[in-house]
Amino acid sequence: MGLTPRPERKVVEYNPSSQEGWVATRLDFLVNWGRANSLWPMPFGTACCAIEFMATAASRFDLARFGMERMSFSPRQADVLICAGRVPFKLAPVIRRIWQQMPQPKWSIAMGACASTGNIFDNYAVVQGIDTIIPVDVYVPGCPPRPEGLMYGIMMLQEKVKRERMADEGIRNEMEPDPNSKLYIPPPLIDELSEPFGNSVHQTRSGL
Amino acid sequence: MTAPFEIQHAGSALGNAPAPTSPVNVPHRGGEPNPSAAALREKFGDAIRRVDVVWAETTVYVAPTSVLDIVRWLHDDPSQRYDYLSDVTAVEHRDYEAPIEVVWHLRSLPFRRFLRLKAQIPKNKLEVASVWSVYKGADWLERETFDMFGIRFIGHPDLRRILMWEQYREGYPLRKDFPLRGRFSRAEQLRQALAANPEARYSMEELSIADAFEDLPTEMRQRLKGGERTGE
Repeated sequence: MGLTPRPERKVVEYNPSSQEGWVATRLDFLVNWGRANSLWPMPFGTACCAIEFMATAASRFDLARFGMERMSFSPRQADVLICAGRVPFKLAPVIRRIWQQMPQPKWSIAMGACASTGNIFDNYAVVQGIDTIIPVDVYVPGCPPRPEGLMYGIMMLQEKVKRERMADEGIRNEMEPDPNSKLYIPPPLIDELSEPFGNSVHQTRSGL
Repeated sequence: MTAPFEIQHAGSALGNAPAPTSPVNVPHRGGEPNPSAAALREKFGDAIRRVDVVWAETTVYVAPTSVLDIVRWLHDDPSQRYDYLSDVTAVEHRDYEAPIEVVWHLRSLPFRRFLRLKAQIPKNKLEVASVWSVYKGADWLERETFDMFGIRFIGHPDLRRILMWEQYREGYPLRKDFPLRGRFSRAEQLRQALAANPEARYSMEELSIADAFEDLPTEMRQRLKGGERTGE
């Protein structure tokens, strides 16, 4: 065919004087290392936690050390959704839509007690934890958490990202509740099952 | 260039009166009422039910049927000139038999006066006249009062919910008989909230104010033109 076969090489030669650098590693490790250190956050700040989040991003605490200095105000370019503050029911479809608009791979952090559980706002207007709307990777406690707390949560998320395996195919599955599925439980049945103590979605611990 | 409105300077109608100082030793009850209260009694007679002075602020209880006349007179009369409506809200008392009070906070910048109007309306007929024709700023304040208490303001141009979403079916959250967590279960509340289409929350009026209507996608424009607001 006019092409000379390549010589078979069993041994990789390396000549230090050639100035060529190269590294042998696992692809998983390399990809995860890159992802973990360039997380672009989508800030979803609705309350006082957003003030602490801004302080985290500012010069004293310097979120840029973690590769997160680029706030992504468009969900299309974001990697991690940081929900800072309480989410009223009126915003529930909005945060769900933003989460759906973010491309994979994506993670989310529930920053503060309100985003994690609803906090003291156990009332008619506030979602009792954003994990009832979107999946959450890291919960940061505090009311509001100090910037160190948020950064600790971010480092935990980085650890989580670094331990992901591409061989794990289920890790990127997005599941929407499908009313036709045999596994689907309608809300009234959830309420019935959760009596008399309630669950995280349906709370009946007092007569309020 | 002239301003498109007349600039009001605080205290401009008081002439050479001395500059106001912070009040001291204000009694809880009693004291000198706002001079507008006496003028209201003279003008409207029986429509003025009671005048209270609480912490040196004057509260005038008026008949619900003559609210609009009284507010219009307070706004237009050159001896009153209440040119700023700072709040419209309502109070429901714990006593179930007690009527609901609708409250208007009026301020006269030229005379440096503050006046609180209250109208007691029975619970079986929560209706009162809108003051939107006098103060355009009453629009959202009355919508909020309607949203939270269910009081219908007759004559309001666009009486819809403003804080809760328009499909909210659980009642009026600031009423005493409203349970703190709402009437539906958490699962049902979440299901209803997530079923809403966030893009279709805006009414034609709001979109025309934002002047963004022409920039919307064709499909969304058609939906909104058809009068659809909920997207459900």
